[in-house]
Amino acid sequence: MARTQSALPLLCLTTATLLALTACGTSNGSTEGQGSAPELTAQAEVGEGEGSLSILAWPGYVEDGTNDPAVDWVSSFEEETGCMVDFKPFGTSDEAVTLMRSGQYDVVSASGDASLRLIAGGDVEPVNVDLVESYEGIYPFLKDQLWNTVDGVNYGVPHGWGANVLMYRADQVTPAPTSWRSVFDDAEQNSGKVTAYDSPIYIADAAVYLMAHNPDLGITNPYALDADQLAAAVDLLKAQREHVGEYWSDVVKEVQSFASGSSVIGTTWQVGANIAQADGADVKTVLPEEGATGWSDTWMIGAESEHKNCAYKWLDHIASPEINAQVAEYFGESPATPAACELTQDASHCETYHSGDEEYASQIWYWTTPVADCIDGRTDVECTDYSEWTKAWTEIKG
Amino acid sequence: MSVDTRPADAAPGRPSRQALSALLYRRGRLRLAGLLTAPAAWLILVYIAALSALLITALWTVDTFTGKVSTTWTLDNLIQVTTDPVYQTIALRTLRIAVLVTVVDMVLALPIAFFIAKVASPRWRGVLVVAILMPLWASYLVKAYAWRNVLAEGGLLEWLGINSPGYSEAAVVIALSYIWLPYMILPIHAGFERVPDSLLEASSDLGAKPLATLRLVILPILVPSIIAGTIFTFALTLGDYITAQIVGGTTQMLGTVVYANVGAANNLPLASAVALIPIAVIMAYLLIVRRTGALNNL
Amino acid sequence: MKLSRSARITLGTLTAVVLLFIYVPLLLVVVNSFNSDRSFGWPPRSFTLEWWSRAFQSEGVREAIATSLWVALISTAISLILGTLLALALQRHDFFGKDVINLLVILPIALPGIVTGIALNNLFTTVLGVSLSLWTVIIAHATFCMVTVFNNAIARLRRTNSSLEEASSDLGAGIFTTFRLVTLPQLRSALVAGGLLAFALSFDEIIVTTFTIGAGQQTLPVWILNNLFRPNQAPVVNVVAVVLIIASVVPVWLAQRLSGDAIGMTRSRKKASPGITKASSTAR
Repeated sequence: MARTQSALPLLCLTTATLLALTACGTSNGSTEGQGSAPELTAQAEVGEGEGSLSILAWPGYVEDGTNDPAVDWVSSFEEETGCMVDFKPFGTSDEAVTLMRSGQYDVVSASGDASLRLIAGGDVEPVNVDLVESYEGIYPFLKDQLWNTVDGVNYGVPHGWGANVLMYRADQVTPAPTSWRSVFDDAEQNSGKVTAYDSPIYIADAAVYLMAHNPDLGITNPYALDADQLAAAVDLLKAQREHVGEYWSDVVKEVQSFASGSSVIGTTWQVGANIAQADGADVKTVLPEEGATGWSDTWMIGAESEHKNCAYKWLDHIASPEINAQVAEYFGESPATPAACELTQDASHCETYHSGDEEYASQIWYWTTPVADCIDGRTDVECTDYSEWTKAWTEIKG
Repeated sequence: MSVDTRPADAAPGRPSRQALSALLYRRGRLRLAGLLTAPAAWLILVYIAALSALLITALWTVDTFTGKVSTTWTLDNLIQVTTDPVYQTIALRTLRIAVLVTVVDMVLALPIAFFIAKVASPRWRGVLVVAILMPLWASYLVKAYAWRNVLAEGGLLEWLGINSPGYSEAAVVIALSYIWLPYMILPIHAGFERVPDSLLEASSDLGAKPLATLRLVILPILVPSIIAGTIFTFALTLGDYITAQIVGGTTQMLGTVVYANVGAANNLPLASAVALIPIAVIMAYLLIVRRTGALNNL
Repeated sequence: MKLSRSARITLGTLTAVVLLFIYVPLLLVVVNSFNSDRSFGWPPRSFTLEWWSRAFQSEGVREAIATSLWVALISTAISLILGTLLALALQRHDFFGKDVINLLVILPIALPGIVTGIALNNLFTTVLGVSLSLWTVIIAHATFCMVTVFNNAIARLRRTNSSLEEASSDLGAGIFTTFRLVTLPQLRSALVAGGLLAFALSFDEIIVTTFTIGAGQQTLPVWILNNLFRPNQAPVVNVVAVVLIIASVVPVWLAQRLSGDAIGMTRSRKKASPGITKASSTAR
């Protein structure tokens, strides 16, 4: 032991050197302005392709046939444009933000809980939608939204969208639920077999419920919660946890639980219900009366991209009806353009996913990153941000 | 070693290499430096550097909007991790799971390792060692997922008429015990092999019953091997989060929290602070067991 | 050891039960690779060969396996060199700070993977500012693989005394010649065992890899993680696992060929030490 102690100064010296070294690599204390977007201008025209394009996207959005030879919409793009594609998938929106910051990627498919951060951080630039031929065909209700447009400037092309609906085992849950009440206040009826999405963003689902059933809290947007409102949502979720069998983060895992009966009720993506039904499980989905959370993805262009012509060509390619139909069907979501509905292999795909159903779409609160400046317009309070949501989520799961 | 020989004159090979050889032979310190420099530099520059940087990060904070680490010094993360009851609960739960996994593996590994090393015929011995080694190559993820199917409602276990614990903390213990079992069997098996047969014969010749031999002769020789195995199972469990996610239901472990803060919330400082808990536990354990010589048996 | 018949049977039964515990879940993976149900409902309603044909058509899997083999080979090679050097330094010399180094080498394997993962990720991306690639994965893997080589090598060095090496130099062999002709052959089987374990550790490592791998790259475990969570790919993962289990016979067999006494095969060489033999003979 004596020898160990005498070697300690050596270790301390090493550590001190490293300390100095580490300080160089990180930003120094300063905070960037919040909310406003940096001044960046969009392209005025699209020229010849630069020969390559690196894409950052959700797994399943960029398929080149290596996983399944029948699923391939990258090869045709490469042939048409000469832009060779390099693809990196990401697992969570936060991972997407971190990776995009490295400046290595030309385009990204950002969900609403990532897009605003990318815009504010100057990581993506405005998109001149006039240069994207396919843009015109996209559903109007997906355009110029909070998560893809800032101060009237477009920052990308909408991709697909979907809702986080309520799924239940029709043979075990009767009567059929119509409200989120069945996973919150009435969760006890299926205690141990309730499931919920494993992410801090799920707090918004509780907020949607509170918005309808506890108006005194004054929640007007589930992504703009002040400290009291967050506390109410946390309490609701803590009570729910007593009855939760498992939290899910991948949809296959969830489907398995429903198929076996380990879970009988809980939030899902439509694609999960489809897989379960295809495998013979007696499940049904419903968009509850309170509305639901959901996602809408946007293709955006990296500010530091050196392959902007290829990037524009990709945005046009992926939003074209033929390709959009393939992606939407493979991934299991609603396409962004009505023309795609004619081209899906399963003729009822758009019906299943409520594409173009504006009434349906209007009930969805699309994922948006919670930030300190309340996005519901309140200025008298400070809202809780995503890192607080993360801490709260840890606490809820206990 | 004898110093009076002159290897440089006799050694075959090119002159420069000869000279180097002779130099290294005469100068022990130089020889040591030659051996030690590369591995020590690697460990310090890569690993210790990384760890120190991580520990320092725990004292910084993160800019909530841009998500970048800012070098503002604060003890907030450490205070939060040590005082918030949630982290205490999770730390205790993780520790409990790690201890249980270690004990289960120990109980399973001892008889099978003993059987392979001392009872089975030489031909079977080879087969059994391969049988233990094979599952190491089936992916960790696939094994965890297989347990999901076993434990599911109406899954293999219930199908066989056995009560399944469902997706729970118990499921995590079972799955992790399963996955890390070979890492416990291997060192214990090697330990049994180090016990000479003649010693066992002597013990029984002197009138000891098998159990007494086990307790008085084998176990003392075996303790370092067992501890070596426990370091694997304990440490691997302490940092796990994937199995907990797959079969744990609602179970959160320390790894889950660290991963959530790095992978999802982008809060490296808080993640580092949480990571200090397993580091402290493992360091304490290593310092306790280093006296037993177990660290030489990993 | 003289055990009663019933004790032998009990031990044999226990071993069989543990082996059953080990192999039943693996069998389930085999069955599910033919299960037509994408969510692996039990018992299987019908069987299909679709997943097998898909797995063999999947370029992604082949690339991932090739990447994993490459990463595991290079990290094993690095850890063989570093681990052996370190073992020689620590066993044959005495120096200031030896205990610290001894503890240090164990840390990468003893500390939880997620700690190593985020520490190295932070080092590479924030401190050094290098972009992640397969090389960062190799560096990470070599760091924790080193310890298995080191431990096997130093255990062997402890058991072989240095008189042979002394004899070699007394007879005029240079330091490199002695290493090549005397030390290395003594170490060979220990290095094979350590190297094999290192290879296996690297090949199956997921947590540290997740944090250190670069854009567009995937090792097999990363491919599995990405595909386990996709509805049409999850069954294909089972096929890959089955192939892996079967293929694992090759390295295990190879190791036994390369060294008469790899892991678990050390018995034949290790006769009881003279002191103990004497003790037991006096007892008689």
